[in-house]
Amino acid sequence: MENKIIYLDYQATTPTDPRVVEKMIPYFYEKFGNPHSRNHAMGWNAEAAVEIARSNIAKLIGANAKDIIFTSGATEANNLALKGVMEFYGKQGKNHLIVSSIEHKCVLASAYNLEEKGFELTVLPVGENGIVDLEKLKNSITEKTALVSIMAVNNEIGTIQPIKEIGAICHESGVFFHTDAAQAVGKIPLDVEADNIDLMSISAHKMYGPMGIGALYVRRKPRVRVLAQIHGGGQERGLRSGTLPTPLCVGFGEAARLCALEMGEEFKRLAHLSQKFKDGINNALPKVYLNGDADKRLPSNLNMSFAGVEGESLLMGLNKYIAVSSGSACTSASLESSYVLKAIGLEDELAHTSIRFGIGRFTTEEDIDTALEKIITTVNRLRAMSPIWEMMEAGVDLSTIKWAEH
Amino acid sequence: MAYSNKVVDHYENPRNVGSMDEKDKNVGTSIVGAPACGDVMKLQIKVNDKGIIEDAKFKTFGCGTAIASSSLVTEILKGKTLEEAMKVKNTDIAEELELPPVKIHCSVLAEEAVKSAIADYKSKKEEAHEKANN
Repeated sequence: MENKIIYLDYQATTPTDPRVVEKMIPYFYEKFGNPHSRNHAMGWNAEAAVEIARSNIAKLIGANAKDIIFTSGATEANNLALKGVMEFYGKQGKNHLIVSSIEHKCVLASAYNLEEKGFELTVLPVGENGIVDLEKLKNSITEKTALVSIMAVNNEIGTIQPIKEIGAICHESGVFFHTDAAQAVGKIPLDVEADNIDLMSISAHKMYGPMGIGALYVRRKPRVRVLAQIHGGGQERGLRSGTLPTPLCVGFGEAARLCALEMGEEFKRLAHLSQKFKDGINNALPKVYLNGDADKRLPSNLNMSFAGVEGESLLMGLNKYIAVSSGSACTSASLESSYVLKAIGLEDELAHTSIRFGIGRFTTEEDIDTALEKIITTVNRLRAMSPIWEMMEAGVDLSTIKWAEH
Repeated sequence: MAYSNKVVDHYENPRNVGSMDEKDKNVGTSIVGAPACGDVMKLQIKVNDKGIIEDAKFKTFGCGTAIASSSLVTEILKGKTLEEAMKVKNTDIAEELELPPVKIHCSVLAEEAVKSAIADYKSKKEEAHEKANN
């Protein structure tokens, strides 16, 4: 009998909510018009649908619909924010950019790309709890700083940054604040006014919308100038040319509308499931550590280290039953563990034992029960064959052993 | 990444997991790799008076392939003389388990474990021999 795999990888992607899919379907065939066609009703109808979507997305983050620029996803939005802002203000002598060390790869890679092109870059470290130090941020800002980019919620460890305070610090110094909120929008309340945000990246497929679409919020009052990275027909205020994908826009908008309606209840339910999961693990297994701040976090993202058990072997034992991701990227040839876990000061040996459990809208109590049973059994089995665990049990201090690093 | 059926079989049904008495003069022990690299193998061999490996045990902290490589190597070692055991190559393990290039290091580690366990056994024998002579 084929067992259903329990999906606990909601940070990687979320399923598109069936209610969202239903809204999207007519726009593939019946209402397929190009939203930029100004000469006939098919175009006008598509445009109207896109604008309703835009407005729903704007409402979710307390923005004006005109401030929402559709992109292909958060990666493109982050590229546009960093490169677009830096390239514009760099010409005015403001060529300094600040990002945190635990940003998503697309922010870090864009930042390094700008550095290669001659921009100045500061990569801000985070504390052991995964939170940016506000004093360090203040001290990093110079007269030349144009932009600070710090994510709202970390994708690997779920920690929530003090966005509002970061924004306030930026605005005191006349610096723009961009936040990659791909993991935050629709999960925690965000308000671009109250939270002092000038630019914000959003991804639809992390909030039960379709893959292939996201948005960049760009403040107009006071105006943030962004140089377009994709040129063409001048759609999206000239900031992002290309025909808007009406079905995807509609889906994204509906996903945003549902999040706005249900976020409060959903957060409570996920917090309950998260607590149940943590308790279940901690009651059954010693030496399991939660990575990232215990409180300033999204409860639905639990990155845990299982001492003595290598993460990839744990995944191999679980992947028949549960879809989860390793905090460590050791499937690659480099044997490198996660840069996020390293940035929060996790030793390599613990970083190699980390798994990220993500719960979400469609996770049930039964899913958590089954997952716990499988995880506990597999961890115990692997610990029984782990020389590291054997040494820990015997009270050997692992740091005193001379390991032959390879 | 998909694992070969042989890797999955060894991972799910590992052969010869366990520990032997390190102090036993007939037991050679090796611990290779490092926790920081995500792979540690402990291999033990028990050698009889005829110089034949009559038992082998392992414990491994590492990916499924590392577990499979060490499990397989215990099977290979049993019944071999020390000389034969010295000839066990990482390529034998990699071929048998159909390892992809990114996982070759697991088989290399298993070969190291074999050589190191034999070296440990031999040095114990020499020590015992010297003590007997003194």
